[in-house]
Amino acid sequence: MIEIVHLKKSFDSKPVLRDANLSIERGKVTVIIGRSGCGKSVLLKLILGLIKPDGGKIFVEGQEVTHMNQEEIYKMRRKFGMLFQNAALFDSMTVEENMALPLIEHSDLPYDVIKKRVREKLSMVGLPGIENLKPAELSGGMKKRVGLARALMMEPEIVLYDEPTTGLDPIMSDVIDNVVIGFNKNLGITSIVVTHDMKSVYKIADQVAMIQRGVVLFEGTPEELRNTNNPVVRQFIEGKAEGPIKINREIIYTRREEEEKLF
Amino acid sequence: MRVLYFFLRFIGKKSLTFVSESGTAFILFVKSMRALSYVYKDRHLVFEQMYEIGVRSLPLVITVGIFTGAVSAWQAAYQFKGYLPLSFVGPATAKAIFIELGPVLTALVLAGRVGASIAAELGSMKVTEQIDALETLAIDPIRFLAMPRILASTTMMPVLVIFSDLIALIGAFLVSNMLLHISTEVFFNGVKEYFIVYDLMSGLVKALVFGATTAIAGCYIGFETTGGAEGVGRSTIKAFVISSALILMNDYIIAMFLF
Repeated sequence: MIEIVHLKKSFDSKPVLRDANLSIERGKVTVIIGRSGCGKSVLLKLILGLIKPDGGKIFVEGQEVTHMNQEEIYKMRRKFGMLFQNAALFDSMTVEENMALPLIEHSDLPYDVIKKRVREKLSMVGLPGIENLKPAELSGGMKKRVGLARALMMEPEIVLYDEPTTGLDPIMSDVIDNVVIGFNKNLGITSIVVTHDMKSVYKIADQVAMIQRGVVLFEGTPEELRNTNNPVVRQFIEGKAEGPIKINREIIYTRREEEEKLF
Repeated sequence: MRVLYFFLRFIGKKSLTFVSESGTAFILFVKSMRALSYVYKDRHLVFEQMYEIGVRSLPLVITVGIFTGAVSAWQAAYQFKGYLPLSFVGPATAKAIFIELGPVLTALVLAGRVGASIAAELGSMKVTEQIDALETLAIDPIRFLAMPRILASTTMMPVLVIFSDLIALIGAFLVSNMLLHISTEVFFNGVKEYFIVYDLMSGLVKALVFGATTAIAGCYIGFETTGGAEGVGRSTIKAFVISSALILMNDYIIAMFLF
């Protein structure tokens, strides 16, 4: 369904993705793992055409994203829903206005029908009756669930989740995991989840990909991930400070870059 | 030699940044103009911004206007003493208000209130990924956020300047009448006698350009914000400084064309 081929992306001449290759299957939950700053969220933004790659190609249902014009990209994005790390709800709007916005913009549905759909989607994420609250009045977990409900308003085929459980307590994390699984099983939505949360990975993933140093280092099922002998992958999934991934080298690299920026 | 190298490199980098930023801001302006075709559909967004930029700026504009007029009359009288009769205070102050003080001071004050608040609002939306969220919902942020603000600021600035001109004239009259003892008749007859519609219109043309400039700078800087809360703070200051500088530069350029 989504093919990522030899993808490259750098920021300020620092390569984030060097040669990423990945296949996302229809109707499956694909989880992308990797260290902070390894390019997981960048990959989601590249898939959506929010940023342009420096090289390589992305195909969504056979259509190449990287060379689409603005109009084609907007048309393609209607197939997608996205949950941002901090939900990215519009502060100035109520929950109902946040959720109604995509339908007001892209459909001719009367407001009564839109309102009904808002209530329906809020019930799906377990938050009925909060239509008139503002984002500032919601907890972190509630914001994420409203963000999820908003992502579903256009009834997308693919939903992208950027660290859906980060910053949440374990119980709320499990609630979100169940919502992701529910969307996948009940609505047949293809899901791409970026996370560090290994408990979530084993619970929700059909397929796992790990990005390290700008390439997809591992691709397989959660079972294959659990049994892998790759020392880099093992260090990550076991969360060990010691191993082939060196932390200090990266700090020195970042410092040097900061010094160079001064001139 | 090494110092010269770093100096030239610094100047080169800054010049490139200036050219690139000016180009991007111009592209934003062109895209906003293209989005004007959605103005009927987005009229509620435009009216919201007109209220925010226009109506809610009135108290500030009135305060600035009254003191602008008052100080102009007082200082005109000081400069005229011994050279010109005080009956010229009215027309001289009115001309200064219509041509220069009304539009420029109102625009400078609104650069702080409007330009900086647009940059802060859009900047905060940028760093909290709300702009990306709009994009993923297939909503063009330039059409949804920039166009209503630029249109509202461009149309409301002349309206605010008319208010400011009137209030400043009243301020000038109060000082002239109460402190300089110039009679009502002398003051207003002088204003009427030397009044030229072109003066007022040139001030409004300036206001139109200042309104557009302030909003474009605010939107551009807001959209380019990076670096969390600190970045939003930086953008707010940058929007105020750049808007103010652009207002003064444009003032000179327009004056060269109009007078």
